[in-house]
Order: sequence, then structure tokens, then C-alpha cells
Amino acid sequence: MWHDAALVAGKDLRIELRSRVGAQQVAPFALVVLVLFAFAFDADHALLLKAAPGLFWVAVLFAAVLSIQRSFAVESADGGRDRLRLSGMDPAGIFLGKAGAVAVQLLVLQLVLAAGVAILYSSRLGDAAVLVATCLVATVGLAAAGTIYGVVATAVGASETLLPLLLMPVVAPVLLCATKAWQAALGTGATGDALGWLRFLGVFAVVYVAAGVLAFGPLVEEG
Amino acid sequence: MARGVATRLSRVEPVAVRAVGALALASLAATVVLGLWFTPEDQVMGNLVRLLYVHPPVAWVAYLAFGVTAACSIAYLWPRTRSPFWDRLGAASAEIGVVFCALTLATGSIWGRPTWGVWWTWDARLTTTALLLALFAGYLAIRRVTVDPAARAKRSAVVALVAFADVPIVHMSVLWWRTLHQPPTVFRPGFGDPTLATPMAWTLLLAFCAFTLAYVWLLAHRYRVAVLEARMEGEGLELALAERRAEAGYGEGPGGIEGGAGSGGDGPGQAPVPVGAR
Repeated sequence: MWHDAALVAGKDLRIELRSRVGAQQVAPFALVVLVLFAFAFDADHALLLKAAPGLFWVAVLFAAVLSIQRSFAVESADGGRDRLRLSGMDPAGIFLGKAGAVAVQLLVLQLVLAAGVAILYSSRLGDAAVLVATCLVATVGLAAAGTIYGVVATAVGASETLLPLLLMPVVAPVLLCATKAWQAALGTGATGDALGWLRFLGVFAVVYVAAGVLAFGPLVEEG
Repeated sequence: MARGVATRLSRVEPVAVRAVGALALASLAATVVLGLWFTPEDQVMGNLVRLLYVHPPVAWVAYLAFGVTAACSIAYLWPRTRSPFWDRLGAASAEIGVVFCALTLATGSIWGRPTWGVWWTWDARLTTTALLLALFAGYLAIRRVTVDPAARAKRSAVVALVAFADVPIVHMSVLWWRTLHQPPTVFRPGFGDPTLATPMAWTLLLAFCAFTLAYVWLLAHRYRVAVLEARMEGEGLELALAERRAEAGYGEGPGGIEGGAGSGGDGPGQAPVPVGAR
């Protein structure tokens, strides 16, 4: 399973490295979203600073939808999906590989976005340990839930409109908990309770990784 | 096992469903009469308290319906109980659940405006219910866009379970979100109140039974329609093809149908040829 996961993740990441869709389209889009938020809040510095954690995570969610769509668009071209099924790889491994590749892309994106938040909103990135831990745990949950819905949505050929509708309500707790944890870390909210929110994120990640490992078999079984 | 349940259902269906429908109508009518005329006003809320006989039962039906959908999804995904019966029942239940969930939010808003002064508040229960509506709207959307019945059943079952697993996480996180920084300012007067007047308690109980019966009735009918839809999907194409062939003149003469069936697979381009040839 882990070997298959590494193979799939390596393949996806290689495709991303070579096509540079993530670097040239998704990351710039996420930064544009940050700029748009500044317009929406009239560039009110105090307000932006206060809202920065939430804006950061909303931008991550938007970018995640794009990354997940991209991750499955790659498979649907040239019958890649059928080849994956024919390869005899463990479906759980395929799931972990795809989710892992999405997670790596999202983590890189979060680095860019964090820099964007620090520069554009003059946000001081305070408690680095909490910030990084939140990003790691939240990203695992996001990537797992997104990969489950990605395979469901792309298979029906209406993924552009369907995936956000399916995914956004499910990952709403991630947005909420990650935002609260970041607020605690940046000192714009109640401090000291970041661990509690991290625990929620952890539960979410475990539930959706387990769900994906279990559900991916039936889902990829048939085109 | 599921097939046994399905055949048994279809045998008792007409009588039982009609009985449930009649009971549901009668009990709903009784709830209306008792709720509007025979129960007292509330000391604090006045006549607004009569929403008590609508809002909680409607919410209960929404949660019940989503629970049934989740249970049916598990039954479908479990290889030994896999049958279209569970898929159709789960889908039927989800549709009713979405309607009742929307009704819950609507009646809650109508109640909230005069009692709390706002149409909406970011209370844990409200937020969870709203997200629940969005989650199962997604479930219905995926059913609508998937064509192949087996793939649709599998995917929607997974979506339903993923959505259902999300509910406790959403609820806990939102609960913590809203109670961490401010004391709970929102509570429902009358709920959990041990001094609930006896006629009110009985009417509320009746309302719960009435709405549950209405749910069962709707579910049975929606399931029946789902079976008919599936049959139409299967037979409809055959019928349409036969009609089209008859139109094109294939239906006439001995062996005409066989000839039509043989060339029918070649596509619609075949149809005008015999017309021109005649």
C-alpha cells in the first residue's frame, strides 16, 4: 500500500513539477484572492490584520479545489483512470498517493500564501510551531476529503461545478478550526486554546484518511 | 434479504401505505386543531409558542431522514446486503430530508425573528443544520448528474456517509466556536422545561408522531416512484425505439420488428431509409 502510494504521489508531483500548473496558475490565483480581500475590506489595516487567519484559509480552500480538480483532470485525460485500475495497485495506496501529492502541493502553496499574508497584510507570523502544526494537520484533512470527493465528482464529468458544492460544506470545520488555531498563534483571537482546535483538525484528518482508504476501492472499481 | 424485504413491501404496499397516509393526514389535522385552539398561550412568547408543534417535529424528521439515508448507504456498500432497494430508499429519504431540513431552517427563522429579534444567529445547532442542508444538497446533485445506476448508487452512498460522518465534527467544532468566547445567549424557551403544560406536551407528542407518519408515507411513495423511474429507464428506451420503428414503417409485415431490432443498433441514420424506399 505504502509503496503504491509513493509511486502515485511521485507520478503526480512529477507531472506538477513539469507542467507547472500549480506554480503558474494556482499559486498566483491564491495571491490574487488575497489582494481581492484587501479590496473588499477597503485595505483597512486593522481589519485585515484581524481577519488575516480566516482570509488565509479561505484562499487555501479555493486553491485546494483547483488543485484537486487538476489532480483528477490529469487522470481523466487519455484514459489514465482505467490505466490506474489496470495497474493492479492497491486502491488505498492510490488514494494515499493522490491525497499525499495534493497535500504536498497545498503545503507549498501555504508557504507562498503565508508570505503573502505577512507582506500584504503586514501580519506578524507569531507562534511558528502552532502555525506549522496547523498547516500540516489541516492539509492532511483537506487533501483526504478533497481526494474522496475529487474521484466522485470528476467521474461524472461535472466536476467544475460539483466539486466545490460537495467539498466546501464538508471542509467547513477545517476552515473554522484552522482559522481559530491561527488566530491563537497570531494573537488576534483568544490565545492558549490552539491545541484544542488542533485536536479537532486531527480528528477530521483521521476520519477522512480512514474514510478514503476504505471507500476508494469501491469508487475506482468502476469508471 | 433486501430483495425479500422489497417483495414483501410491494405486496403489502397499497393497503399499508394508504393506511399510513390516512393516519398521517388525520394526526396532522388533529395537531393543527390542538395546536391552534386547544393548547394555551405561552406566558412569555404568547401565540408564538404554537410553532413548537411544527418546528421541532420537522427538524426531527429531517434528522431521521438523513439517518435513514446513512443507514441505507451502509447497507448498500456492504457487499452482502447490496441491492438497488437500499439505494432507492436512501435516495428517497434524502430528498425528503432536504425538504424538511429547509423547512426546519425556514420555520426556525420565522420563530427566531420575533423571539430573538434576528432571522439568523450563528448558534451551533443552526449552523450545523444549515451545513447539513448543503451536504445533502450535494448528495442530490451527484445523483442527478450520474447516469449509470450502479455507479450512481455507489458514489452517492459514499457521499452520504462522508457527509454524515461530518455532522458530529461540524457540530462539535461549531459548538466550541460559539461557546468559547461568549456565554450561550440562545436557548429555546419551552424546551426541556419541566413545567411544560400537559396539553402542550401531548400535542407536541402527537405532532412528532404525525410528522413521522407523514415522512413514512412520503418515503413509501418516493420509493415507489424511484422503482417506476428505474423501470422507465430500462423499458423506456425499448418503447421509444419500438414507436420510432413503427413510425418509420418497420412495424408492418411479418418479421418487420426483427429487422428493425437488427438494424436499430446502427443508429438513427437508418430510420429514414425505409421511408424513402417505399
